[in-house]
Amino acid sequence: MARIGVFVCHCGENIGRTVDCARVAEELGKLPGVAHAVDYKYMCSDPGQALIKQAIAEKGLTGVVVSACSPHMHERTFRRAAGGAGLNPFLCEMANIREHCSWIHEDREAATDKAIDLARVIVEKVKRNVPLETIRIPVEKRALVIGGGIAGIQAALDLADGGAEVVLVEKEPSIGGHMSQLSETFPTLDCSQCILTPRMVEVYQHPRIRLMAYCEVDAVEGYIGNFKVTIRQKARSVDETKCNGCGACQKACVVKNVPSEFDERLGKRTAIYVPFPQAVPNIPVIDREHCAYFKGRARGMKKDACGKCKEACARGAIDFAQEDRFVTEKVGAIVVATGYELYSIGKDQPAAGLKGYGEYGYGTVPDVIDGLQFERLASASGPTAGKLLRPSDGKVPKKIVFLQCVGSRDPAKGIDYCSKVCCMYVAKHTMLYRHKVHDGEATVFYMDVRAAGKGYDEFTRRAVEEDGAVYVRGRVSRVYRDGDVVKVLGFDTLNGTPVEIDADMVVLATAMRPRKGIEKLAQTLSVSYDRHGFINEAHPKLRPVETNTAGVFVAGACQAPRDIPDSVAMASAAAAKVLGLFSNEMLEREPTVARVDAALCAGCFHCERVCPYGAVEHKEVRDRKGNLLKVVADVNPGVCQGCGTCQATCPSKSVELMGFTDEQIYAEVNALAL
Amino acid sequence: MNATLDKTSFEPRLTAFVCNWCTYTGADLAGTSRLQMDANVRIVRLPCTGRIDPLFIVKAFERGADGVIVSGCHPADCHYTSGNYHARRRFAFFKELIEFLGLPEGRITFSWVSASEGQKWREVVNDATARVRALGPFSGYPGTELPAWPAAGAPAPNPAPGGGGER
Repeated sequence: MARIGVFVCHCGENIGRTVDCARVAEELGKLPGVAHAVDYKYMCSDPGQALIKQAIAEKGLTGVVVSACSPHMHERTFRRAAGGAGLNPFLCEMANIREHCSWIHEDREAATDKAIDLARVIVEKVKRNVPLETIRIPVEKRALVIGGGIAGIQAALDLADGGAEVVLVEKEPSIGGHMSQLSETFPTLDCSQCILTPRMVEVYQHPRIRLMAYCEVDAVEGYIGNFKVTIRQKARSVDETKCNGCGACQKACVVKNVPSEFDERLGKRTAIYVPFPQAVPNIPVIDREHCAYFKGRARGMKKDACGKCKEACARGAIDFAQEDRFVTEKVGAIVVATGYELYSIGKDQPAAGLKGYGEYGYGTVPDVIDGLQFERLASASGPTAGKLLRPSDGKVPKKIVFLQCVGSRDPAKGIDYCSKVCCMYVAKHTMLYRHKVHDGEATVFYMDVRAAGKGYDEFTRRAVEEDGAVYVRGRVSRVYRDGDVVKVLGFDTLNGTPVEIDADMVVLATAMRPRKGIEKLAQTLSVSYDRHGFINEAHPKLRPVETNTAGVFVAGACQAPRDIPDSVAMASAAAAKVLGLFSNEMLEREPTVARVDAALCAGCFHCERVCPYGAVEHKEVRDRKGNLLKVVADVNPGVCQGCGTCQATCPSKSVELMGFTDEQIYAEVNALAL
Repeated sequence: MNATLDKTSFEPRLTAFVCNWCTYTGADLAGTSRLQMDANVRIVRLPCTGRIDPLFIVKAFERGADGVIVSGCHPADCHYTSGNYHARRRFAFFKELIEFLGLPEGRITFSWVSASEGQKWREVVNDATARVRALGPFSGYPGTELPAWPAAGAPAPNPAPGGGGER
């Protein structure tokens, strides 16, 4: 016979004001199987918990029901208290008579009746609870960092410095990300590469970091502490173990006119290339789409069309026959830091909701460029070696118009969020421009100037006050080429007058979007993402670098538009979270997982098809002689998250979710009808 | 059981099957926001709407509930990635059986209430309560007082008036 203890909490006045707690305890005490029922002012206080412990010891309780607040609030508290008194913690449950009763009703009679019902339901459930043991799983103390931009680099370094092994996967041939493309950074105007490249080298040389550039995450299996990750090493066509990065192959390459991705198509590169001189690792890649050898082969030529790089390489590192390879890594945690890309302004849009800005002439007017292209023009390592020259004719632009919020905060074009960094980098651009072209005139069209951050507002003011940028509040309706100039038609909403400017160049501060392919990666990792594709954090305020999938963390601009300081802070935070996880030898998790009764299971595997986690495995049942009798489902308790979809699906009811068995739920439903 | 009460004094009893992560938390939020609502709903907490067996609903009615609410995370927001999708498919099919079982559809409310929609939870509770109150007490499945087992050859009794013909 069950001996349940019921503890009704007044929560000061919170429950006691609308619910007659003494009557609840009295009514519950009459139920069969209830051995003890009391009410108390504050159940969660030390004396309140002592009351529970004492009753467990003195009355020999087999189950505890605390009628108080939401289990989300204090279930852990009371389970710990029950555990402290020697009762299995999972024999303790809560009835929610505060959030679901006293706070939402005024009628004392009705609220008390409801509280009695709610508590009775839980009593009937607890009568059928069974002791459960916390599941303990080992932790693989290695981390995977996806993305080698500043966020990924920071996370990898912090993790490795903290003693963890790190696998850093970067999709491009070199790490560095967008930060390596920037000329100077706000609000200090220090050179981006000068602060970034030492960190890139540090990653390369760190004994605990395995850098896998030109690789992509192909598949992820497993769960927190025990992920198995399949990584695709894309064929570089260059043997990494032999190459010493001398660069002879690039000099020898006959294809010299491929638009450079690193220079945002403003410069050219060869078909065998490293993206930029400081690339890490400094090992070239053959771009098979443009390489003469591969083009020749694709056309079916029997003779090799080219092979100049192979001839030039003294170490015999060129390997045309190289293929993609797959590597499996075991890791305990994953940090996603895949970063951003810019809103594409032209006609081709990656998603139906995005409309583009045909009216701004991007892609048709050569002197209309985006923010990253301006960075390359202003960068000392860029295609113009840091001289500010416009793309069409190489002249020094005397008038540049900057348009803010292109794509951002414009629901009509598909994006309603603020990209956060554009106000700052446009101010920076006007300053860089003025520092390079002293008589240049910079005009900025803006909606608002959002410069919240340490030293940020001062910085934007400096652009106006010291470097003479003219800020016009308003939008631009059209940008088109008119002879030698780029006409900008806009409207000054403060003066209420139309504005027409003959500019030499126009720079569009386009919105930040998550990287292409983020949805697929998110699905691979089973983390959720918002309608724009940004990865969702577990809680916007309190768990900003965790995701809803345990063991997967997020850093940088793949979560929302972020500037460098934010990305770095997030990366360090994610690394701290991972190191915290790795400080455990074993992980503990709730044992509310599904279990299969092999005797009942017919092996239809409906459960396997509906399980969101792939937790259902096949188990062979054999007789004593070893003959195979049947193959049944078996749930891996480390993978199961306890949703119970399998149980509702099972035709023979042979799978049961611990803590929410059919018996328990039917008992609850029945208790409501008494 | 409530058949003797007249409709104005009738207070319906509703059972709500909700998921732990969205609707239960949304109902918690309604509480923390002190949103006053009808006191007719009793919540049964489950980990996920995917855990809800349609038989729970049938059982609730069998045991005297006048109405049932089923609520979980919005599509794409499921804590368990896809449990609510399985629930949605299950209930889309179950809806077709409801009438056959003799349950007027208005007695069952399916909804999505997220953890931030305390306000919506109140509307769901109040709407469902008002609807069921208007329908009156649920007096069991029509035709469930089966006659003696039919003699061989006689047509089987049709439990749902007009419901069994097409299927």
